[in-house]
Amino acid sequence: MASHEISWVRQQMLAQSAPPVRQSGVLRWVRENLFNGWLSAGLTVASVLAIAALLMAVGPWLANSVWQAGSLNECRQILGGEPGACWAVIRDRWPQLIFGFYPAEHYARPVLAFVLLFVALAPLLFSRLPRKLLWFSVAYPGLTFWLVWGGSLWLPLMAYAGFAIGAMLWRLAARLGVVLGTVLTVGGTVLWWLYAAGEAAGWLAEHLLALALVSVSSRELGGFLLSIIIGVTGIALSLPLGILLALGRQSTMPLIKTVSVVFIEFVRGVPLITLLFTASLLLNYFLPPGTSFDLILRVIIMVTVFATAYIAEVIRGGLAALPRGQYEAAQGLGLNYWNAQRLVIMPQALKISIPVLVSTFIGLFKDTTLVVFIGLLDPIALSTAIRASTDWQGIYWELFIFIGAVFFLFCFAMSRYSMYLERRLKTDHR
Amino acid sequence: MSTLTISGGNARANSFALSMLLHDTRYRSYTIQIIALMGLMLVAAWLVDNTVRNLATLGKDFSFAYLWTPAGYDINQRPIDYDSQMSHGRAALVGFLNTLVLAILSCVTATIIGVLAGVLRLSNNWIVARLMTVYIETFRNIPALLCILVIGAVMAQSMPAPSSYRDAGALALVATNRGIYIPEPLFSQDWGSLNLGVVQPSLNAIALLLLLVLCFLAHRALVRHAGRVQRLTGIRPKTWWKSLLVLTVPPALLLAAMGFHLGYPQLRGFNFQGGIQLGNALIAMWIGLSVYTGAFIAEIVRSGIQSIAKGQAEAANALGLRPGRTMRLVVLPQALRVIIPPLTSQYLDITKHTSLGLAVGYMDLRSTLGGISINQTGRELEGILLMMLIYLAMSLLISGLMSLYNNRVKLQVR
Repeated sequence: MASHEISWVRQQMLAQSAPPVRQSGVLRWVRENLFNGWLSAGLTVASVLAIAALLMAVGPWLANSVWQAGSLNECRQILGGEPGACWAVIRDRWPQLIFGFYPAEHYARPVLAFVLLFVALAPLLFSRLPRKLLWFSVAYPGLTFWLVWGGSLWLPLMAYAGFAIGAMLWRLAARLGVVLGTVLTVGGTVLWWLYAAGEAAGWLAEHLLALALVSVSSRELGGFLLSIIIGVTGIALSLPLGILLALGRQSTMPLIKTVSVVFIEFVRGVPLITLLFTASLLLNYFLPPGTSFDLILRVIIMVTVFATAYIAEVIRGGLAALPRGQYEAAQGLGLNYWNAQRLVIMPQALKISIPVLVSTFIGLFKDTTLVVFIGLLDPIALSTAIRASTDWQGIYWELFIFIGAVFFLFCFAMSRYSMYLERRLKTDHR
Repeated sequence: MSTLTISGGNARANSFALSMLLHDTRYRSYTIQIIALMGLMLVAAWLVDNTVRNLATLGKDFSFAYLWTPAGYDINQRPIDYDSQMSHGRAALVGFLNTLVLAILSCVTATIIGVLAGVLRLSNNWIVARLMTVYIETFRNIPALLCILVIGAVMAQSMPAPSSYRDAGALALVATNRGIYIPEPLFSQDWGSLNLGVVQPSLNAIALLLLLVLCFLAHRALVRHAGRVQRLTGIRPKTWWKSLLVLTVPPALLLAAMGFHLGYPQLRGFNFQGGIQLGNALIAMWIGLSVYTGAFIAEIVRSGIQSIAKGQAEAANALGLRPGRTMRLVVLPQALRVIIPPLTSQYLDITKHTSLGLAVGYMDLRSTLGGISINQTGRELEGILLMMLIYLAMSLLISGLMSLYNNRVKLQVR
C-alpha cells in the first residue's frame, strides 16, 4: 500500500566513487599505522628520532670501514682521525675466532666435520629424506671425534663396539628377566668401555692398521668450533636424558620420583658457572685419586647435566598438557609402559614442547660462552686474547659485533626451524 | 621346614615366589626401587670415599673455619662496611648482598622493559612494532655474557673521564668512565645506629621505613573502608586526597624533623666525592641483564596477551569499557595467569646470571666466596658447596614467593 506513494525508485546501482584521499592509499596507511592518536604519533616521532640518532652515530663509523690493515694503529692512520670501523681485525684473526689454536694445516678436518653435521642432522630434521641416512647420523659422533681430535679411528670404533656387545648381552640375558637382563647388559657394556675398549683400540691400531690422523689436543680447540662442539653434544645428549628424567619425575615409584625431583630442582637452582667450576675444580676430588680426564669432556658432561634438568622440566610441561584420556587410551589398547610412551605419549608431548624445547637449546648454545670462566677458549675468551695482543690493543666493537652476529645466525636459524617444525606437525584443524 | 611345607600346601595361588619380584607388577616396582637405592648409595659412598681419600692425599681437611680468617682483598662495591682486614665470611656476605642488589634491580627494570616492549610489539603502530621486534629478536639470540661485555665496554670506553667535569661544581647525576654518581640522602640529625652485630643500620632509615609501612597500611585501611561503604550504600567515597595526605605528609614531616638533604657528588682532585657511586661493573651488569632479560620477558608478555581470546576484549568493549580499562580489568588479569610461571623462571635466570659479574669485575657472591676466597685459601670444595647452597636457597625462595603470588592470581576453579 505504502509502495504506491513512492514516486521514484532507483533501478540500477550507482557507480562506485573513489574513496576520499585521506581514506585511501598511503595517506590512510600512514594515518592508521603511524599517527593513530596522540600516543601513537608521539611513539612514531620518538622511534624515528631514535633510529636517526642511531644511524648518525653508527652510519659514518660503518661507512668508513677499513678492511685492509695489519694493526689497529695502521687502521687509525688510514682513517686519519675519522670515526671508522676496523674490520681488518676480523680479516686478520677470523681463523682464530672460529678454530681457536687448532693447527692451521688441519682446518679441513673440523670444516668437514661441520659440513657432515648437516648431513647427519638432515634425516633427523626432515622426514622426507631416506631413512637409511640415519645410520650415518649414528656413526657421526665417532667420526667427528676422530676428525676433530685425530688419533686412531679404532678408538671410536671400539666405543661403538660397546653398543654391539650390549646388544649381544641383551639377546643372551633377556630370558633371565627384564631387570636382571638390563643390569647385565649395562654392566657389561660399561665394563667394556672402562677396561677393554681402549686396549682393544690400541692393539688393533698397532697390529692391524693405524688409521690415524695427527692428534690435536683439547687445549688447541677454541672459538666457535668449541662452542659448537659443546653445544651440539649437550643438545644431543640432554634430549634423551631429559625425557628419561621427566618420566622419572612422573613416576609412581616414590624413590625414583624423589631422586628426579631433587636432581632437577638442584641443577635448576644453581648457576651454570658453579657446575662448570665443579667440573674444573671439584671433579678431581670426587673421582678416584690419579684420574684426570679431558677438561672439554668434563665441561660437556656438566653442560649436559645442566641442560638435562631444564629439558626434563620442559617435557614435563608437555606431558602435563596432554589430556589424561591419552594415557588411558594407550593403556586400554593394552600397550605396556614403554610402548605407550613411545607410540602415544611422547610424540604428542614432544610436539607440544617444541617451541620451549628449541628455546632451551638456544639458551644452552648461548651458555657455552660461560666456559670462558674456567679457562677454555670460547669466542669471547679469544676476543680478549686478540685485544691483549700488541697489534689489536683497544679494539672492542668489531669483535663483539662479529661474535654476536655469528651467534645470532645460529640461534635465529634454530628458532626459524622450530617454527617450521611446529607448522609441519600441526595436526589440529583450526 | 615344616612351616614352609604348610604354606606351600595351603594356597599355591597366594604363595610368594622369588621370581615374582621380577615378573609381578605388584612387586617389580619395589625391586627396581631397591636396586636403584642400592646403586645410589653405592655411588654416593664411592664419591664420598674418593673425596676423603683425595683430601687426605692433599693434606686438606673439610672445614669452614677459613670463613673467620682475614680475607685480605678489597671489594669495590660495598653495601655494608668492609675492608680487607675483615673475614672471608664478611667478604662473602658483601658479595651476597651485591648479588641480591643486582638481582633485585635487574628484575625490576627487566620487567618494566619487558612489559613495555611486549605491549609495544603488539601495538598498531607499524614502526614501533618493527623496532620492538628487532630489539627482541636481537637480544634473544645473542649470549648474555656478550651483552654484558658490550655494555661494560660502552661504560668504560665512551663515557667521559671525571676530569672533564672540572668546572661543573656539584651535579645531580654524573656519568663518568668510573661509574655513575647519584645524590645520596643525608640526615643532619643523626639518631645513631642499631648494632645488629653483622650490620649497623642507621636508626633514621629504620624510622623512615617503619613510618612508610604504617602509612601504607593506613592507605590500605582507607581503601578497604571505601570498598565497604560502596558495598553497603552503592556510593564510593572519594579517597584519593585522603590517601595522598596519608601517604605523603607523615613521611615529609619525619624527613623535615631529621633534617633530610641530598649530598651531591662533587669533583675533588681526580675523582668525585659525595653522592652514591654506582660502579661501572654494577651499571654494566644491571643494564646488560635488564636489556637481555627484557627481551625474553617481552615475548612472555606478548604470548600472555595473545593467549586471551579476542572475545574477551570484544565483550569488554560491548560492556562499554574504554580500551585502557579493557586492558587493565579484563585482559591483563587473565593474561597474568599465563605470564607468571615463565616470568618466575626469568627472575630465576636473572639471579643465576648475576654470577657472570666477574666478566666486568662486579664483586658478587661468585667473585668473593667462589672466586678470590677460593684462590687465596685453596678451599674449593667448601667454597663451591657453600656458594651452590646459597644460590639454591635464593632460587627456592624466589620460586616460593612467585608461586604464592601465582596462587593468588590463579583461576579459582570450583
